[in-house]
Amino acid sequence: MLLEYAAIGIMILVVSLIGLIAIGLGTIFGPKRQTDRKAAPYESGMTPIGPGIRRVPVRFYLIAVLFILFDIEVVFFLPWAIAFRQLGLFGLAEMLIFIAILLVGYIYAWKKGALEWE
Amino acid sequence: MTQLDFYTLLPVMTLTIWACVLLLVDLFILSERRGLTAILAVVGLLVTMGVSISQMGREATGFNQMIVLDGFSNFLNLLLLLTGLLGIAVAYGYNRRMGIERGEYYPIMLFSLAGMMLMAQASHLIMIFIALELLSIPLYVLAAFAYPRPESEEAGLKYFLLGSFSSGFVLYGIAMTFGATGSLAIPGIVAAIADGTANTSLLLIGAALILVGFGFKVAAAPFHMWTPDVYQGAPTSVTAFMAAGAKAAGFAALLRVFVVAFPTLSDQLTPIISVLAALTMILGNVIAIAQTDIKRMLAYSSIAQAGYMLMAFVAYGNPAVQAVSVASALFYMVAYTITSFGAWGVVIALEKAEGKGLAISDYAGMGKKYPFLAACMTVFMLSLTGLPPTLGLIGKLYLFRAAVEGGFITLAVIGVVTSLLSAFYYLRVVVNMYMKTGDPEVARETWLDFTIGATALLTVVLSVVPAGLFAWASQALFIALK
Amino acid sequence: MVPVSYYLVVSVILFTLGALGVLIRRNALVVFMSIELMLNAANLAFVAFSRTFNSYDGQLFVFFVMTVAAAEVAVGLALIVAIFRSKHSIDVDQLSSLKG
Repeated sequence: MLLEYAAIGIMILVVSLIGLIAIGLGTIFGPKRQTDRKAAPYESGMTPIGPGIRRVPVRFYLIAVLFILFDIEVVFFLPWAIAFRQLGLFGLAEMLIFIAILLVGYIYAWKKGALEWE
Repeated sequence: MTQLDFYTLLPVMTLTIWACVLLLVDLFILSERRGLTAILAVVGLLVTMGVSISQMGREATGFNQMIVLDGFSNFLNLLLLLTGLLGIAVAYGYNRRMGIERGEYYPIMLFSLAGMMLMAQASHLIMIFIALELLSIPLYVLAAFAYPRPESEEAGLKYFLLGSFSSGFVLYGIAMTFGATGSLAIPGIVAAIADGTANTSLLLIGAALILVGFGFKVAAAPFHMWTPDVYQGAPTSVTAFMAAGAKAAGFAALLRVFVVAFPTLSDQLTPIISVLAALTMILGNVIAIAQTDIKRMLAYSSIAQAGYMLMAFVAYGNPAVQAVSVASALFYMVAYTITSFGAWGVVIALEKAEGKGLAISDYAGMGKKYPFLAACMTVFMLSLTGLPPTLGLIGKLYLFRAAVEGGFITLAVIGVVTSLLSAFYYLRVVVNMYMKTGDPEVARETWLDFTIGATALLTVVLSVVPAGLFAWASQALFIALK
Repeated sequence: MVPVSYYLVVSVILFTLGALGVLIRRNALVVFMSIELMLNAANLAFVAFSRTFNSYDGQLFVFFVMTVAAAEVAVGLALIVAIFRSKHSIDVDQLSSLKG
């Protein structure tokens, strides 16, 4: 039982050792010259603009919420896809009804302008 | 999958399809003609009601016993559809007056109603959970429907947080029940308990968690703290619908799950439920006395009424009184639905924009200026107290009888004493209307007046001839599952 | 094979953490996350029991819980955003315009 975990345990140990050694060598031998530029947050090499945390436009929430809603429904497609052959035409009809219900929500969101960016 | 499967679920399916179509149709209705959506929603409810009436007396199971059609579900379906009709009638003018006439109101309400009806028909724990969420999520939206009014938004968020908290309890209870019995279908749970293969302690934990979760939904003390805030902050039309509908659906699920699946746990659960019932009656009635806002007062009163209904539920494990307990609980649900809709209707008539006209003192002078409304309100207050000649009295008599026959005389005594106590705050409204002088302004709307008048009439007439309704409630039995 | 009781212990811990989070934390978003934790504790229990009983019922339930949770997220986030817009705070203690 415990032996099965031994391999994982050894791996965790080795990985953390390698990490510690790499960081440790750097801090011991590396030169330390602290400049303003270095202390600034790293933004892919560009000069940082503005504060790191700022308000996100509320439209993103709307898009995110819509995404979650329509994305999570795929969870029902997976079991259906696996049993597709056994379920046959009946399963297909049921799935089409399900998609039709989703479509109602989609048309509603569309018509209400939730998909417009501006 | 046969036609019978779909036949068992026909009312819920009709309503759901209608709500989906209505949501789309509403997009193409001009905003000046929003009334059309309400009328279409009413048509949908009437069609569904026709389907339900045609199913009267039928018994069937469908979808591998996930859905049942029996007297109990049929009774509740019709009661819930009535709730929906009354809900639209009181909302129609109110929403326009308060500037919240958005077309989504009616489809969302129909979705919630479909969830409530599914709850009455569910015989599988997955279905019960889905139904619980289908009824709750639209209600969260409706509670916040008057946005950007801060009270309404706040009510929505509070209801949402505590509602999902309670769903978490129900869900965990279901998980424990599944772990104890290895089945999610109520027949399977019953079979596992009968075989003795069920893990009793796990089952008890599961049942207790489910009880807690539904205790939140029906606003039983000590899980009632959201009720006053939500009832006060939500638009009054929503509050009226929520008070009657969510309570009926919550009790439907409680009755079905506990009476059918968990009667063997009654030794352990009955003491807990009786304490809950006593606490709910006492807390609801005592705190209501101190209220000056009519919406808050009615909210506490609805907590107290949940306590009375719980009283019928205490003896659920005793087969000798089970039938009469269920029947009296159903009867009281009808009485409460009719009466509370009437009372909320009067509140709606007096409410003005910006939450004005909601203090109990605003009712002063009603008796002189609006004798019809004042008389109706008096009937509703008498009925909620349980005084003659009203339906509330008959309902309470049946409930007390069920409690006494089940051997819970202490509870019945607490019920009577708290009812006497409640007279204090209910009759204060009546005193305000008739004995004090004031100049209230009332909005006259045809459908609202009709609702108030009809519910007042029903409250009085049904109290004279309650036997038919009670006989019907006694026929509303659970289907015998194999 | 890990015995089911291990999963159950983890699940109970998660559920308790979630319930405590709802009761103690004051930020509406964190409260909401705690509720999700409770739901996922139940999911873990479902999957664990499902394996012990060799039945798919529990796993199926998890699918439904996930979708329902997504619907709750949509409504909940919308409410929280609306509250934040009008109050510039989502501290549940500051939601106090309703008192009586």
